[in-house]
Amino acid sequence: MTEILKINHVSKRYSNHLALDDISLSVNEKCIFGLLGPNGAGKTSLIRIINQITGPDSGEVFFRGEKLTQKHVEKIGYLPEERGLYKKMSVGDQVLYLAQLKGLSRQEARKRLAVWFEKFEMGGWWKKKIEELSKGMQQKVQFIVTVIHEPELLILDEPFSGFDPINAQLIKNEILELKKNGATVIFSTHNMGSVEELCDNIALINQSKKILDGSVKEIRKTFKSNTYTIAFKGLAMGFTNALWAGAEIIDKKMEDGINVFTLRAINNTSPNQILQAVLPTCELLSFVEIIPSMNDIFIRKVNEGNSEIQINNSYTE
Amino acid sequence: MSKIGLIIGRELKSKLTNKTFIIMTILAPLLITGFAAFIIKMTQSEKTEQNVMVLDESKLFRDKLSGNDYISLSYSNQKLEEAVTKFYNQGYTCLLWISPTIIEGGAGATKLFYKKSPGFGFQTYLKDQMEKIVYESKLEANHIDPNIISNSKQNIRIILEKVNDKGDTQEQGSFGIFGFLSGALMFIFILMYGMMVFRSVMEEKTNRIVEVIVSSVKPFELMMGKILGVALLGIIQFAIMGIITLGLTTLLSTFLLKDASSQLKVFEQQQELVKKNGTNVDFNKLEKFDDKLELFDLLKKIEKINFVEVFICFVLYFIFGYLFYSSIMAAIGSAVDSEADSQQFITPVMLPLMIGYFIATKTITDPDAASVFWASIIPFTSPIVMMSRISNGVPLWEIVLSLSILFLSFIVMTWLAARIYRTGILMYGKKTSWKEIGKWLFYK
Repeated sequence: MTEILKINHVSKRYSNHLALDDISLSVNEKCIFGLLGPNGAGKTSLIRIINQITGPDSGEVFFRGEKLTQKHVEKIGYLPEERGLYKKMSVGDQVLYLAQLKGLSRQEARKRLAVWFEKFEMGGWWKKKIEELSKGMQQKVQFIVTVIHEPELLILDEPFSGFDPINAQLIKNEILELKKNGATVIFSTHNMGSVEELCDNIALINQSKKILDGSVKEIRKTFKSNTYTIAFKGLAMGFTNALWAGAEIIDKKMEDGINVFTLRAINNTSPNQILQAVLPTCELLSFVEIIPSMNDIFIRKVNEGNSEIQINNSYTE
Repeated sequence: MSKIGLIIGRELKSKLTNKTFIIMTILAPLLITGFAAFIIKMTQSEKTEQNVMVLDESKLFRDKLSGNDYISLSYSNQKLEEAVTKFYNQGYTCLLWISPTIIEGGAGATKLFYKKSPGFGFQTYLKDQMEKIVYESKLEANHIDPNIISNSKQNIRIILEKVNDKGDTQEQGSFGIFGFLSGALMFIFILMYGMMVFRSVMEEKTNRIVEVIVSSVKPFELMMGKILGVALLGIIQFAIMGIITLGLTTLLSTFLLKDASSQLKVFEQQQELVKKNGTNVDFNKLEKFDDKLELFDLLKKIEKINFVEVFICFVLYFIFGYLFYSSIMAAIGSAVDSEADSQQFITPVMLPLMIGYFIATKTITDPDAASVFWASIIPFTSPIVMMSRISNGVPLWEIVLSLSILFLSFIVMTWLAARIYRTGILMYGKKTSWKEIGKWLFYK
């Protein structure tokens, strides 16, 4: 896979705090990359550097192997978290203006806008002023502005915040469509559900540092802790005895005469060994490995990081 | 560069299609010329028809008071009480009663009875004549020839001549008011368009569209595009307003000042005649323009103004003064989140403009004062103060020096403003202080 974006040891300091601390990342072509992190972690600072809105204090950014310069802005589309449009300007004029700023010719922009208008069922909006549109309608316009110049790299900062479920689904489908057509998407979000659903790779930033990155599948695999949920009919006592030293029981529940146990394998016991041990004692209904959600991983990693930093702070004090 | 063109274009279009802007552009010159015409009209005497019945009990004025085109006088011997009740029904508009003791003086010596209030010009007309008649009769009573008195009176007019280094002299048409007006106009223009830049910057920031735009263009390009766009708008508006004003004033002056300018020609011919022939001229044959002398003076001063020079300087000082101030305005527009926070930043910027304005008022009375000179060199005040001086004639080197300093200051100020701007437009939520803005200057 070719790399579309490479971030090399980037740091950025504002007068009294370090926003980015030696961040290195690489984003592959034609994938959806999630940039995760709690509020104030430095995601927007990084996104602004990729968009060349601000420059890094140190470190470098490469676009397809070339050092990022002003000519690359035409290949990048950006939907900021706090997004707005000129209130008094008409939809058509506005999109044409912003598309031209991204290097499209007026005629070309007009042609493409017509296609999008049809796609999003926005016929007759051309002359409407932004202030006359509902918030959901404005968001559609904003999305079109971001993608009309067919960027190779799309950067979406919290794209689903403020969208209603229908528009969110529409945008989700568009993102997948764009990926299929060869675009790369970086999006920052708090919505872990959409990360699992959409992202191929992620990077987690906390307190200005990158604390985790990789493919979503790999990360979830690394974070699994050999825990299983098992549901069975039969006596709990016999079942517990049969487990013996192979696994410990973390949680047990009884639902409608069905036992639901949560187990953690110990001493490298394999799932097969556990099953062999318990099968004679009960009637097995289900056996599922628990793979941690991105949400759990996010919370765990961020909390770990924060407590580490707290410990460090207590040393220095 | 083509992107700056796009930004300029948007800025222009958004304002040019704005109804308020269009209305103001057309209305402002109408109001200004209308107001000026009103003032001129007010200063000219009103011509209301007056038919005056005169009861001259002093017997001093009979057939000496004269009327004119719209004032007619007729003498009557009626009793005062009788006349007061009757004059209106007899077709008179006023009744002038002159007491028999007028020559001894005292208050209430003369009364004017009326139904409809007579204008001030009319009263003055009567009063001046009566005073002259009393004056002459008093002289006569003392056996003094009035001609001796009038010949001993001499009006003295000081003609100002400026001497340059070569010793050439030039008659000065020192016309303070005109200079002050062009200075005041400069003040209004710089403030108006500066505020326009300020609002436009703040609008983009509070709309949150700015982040999308600066992901396509450099913040500097956006700022310059905006400043230049408004400058172009200013020039267009100035041109439209100028054409309308010029058209209206020519139209009005043909109505209001037509007499005056032809009279001025006669007056000047007479003066030439007097200069050539000395006292041999028969003064009684000359037309008298005593009441018009001030107007003539004004007209002559206007004729003396080098409008081309004034115009070129106005355009140059407007462009550079505007660029200088609008970059400051752009910087503070980027620093604030709302109009409410802006006051603390706008006020210190307006202060030098105000100072310039007050120094410009000083040029009316004292155009060569040291403070006026320095204020016309220092870039914060030079556009306003230099404009107020320019119609008095300013040496070229001073204009060149002042313009060069203004130009350099504009470059420096734009550079500083750009540094503040690119940080400011992305700062939200924080209450900005001057100290904070100072820090932004040093961000990488």
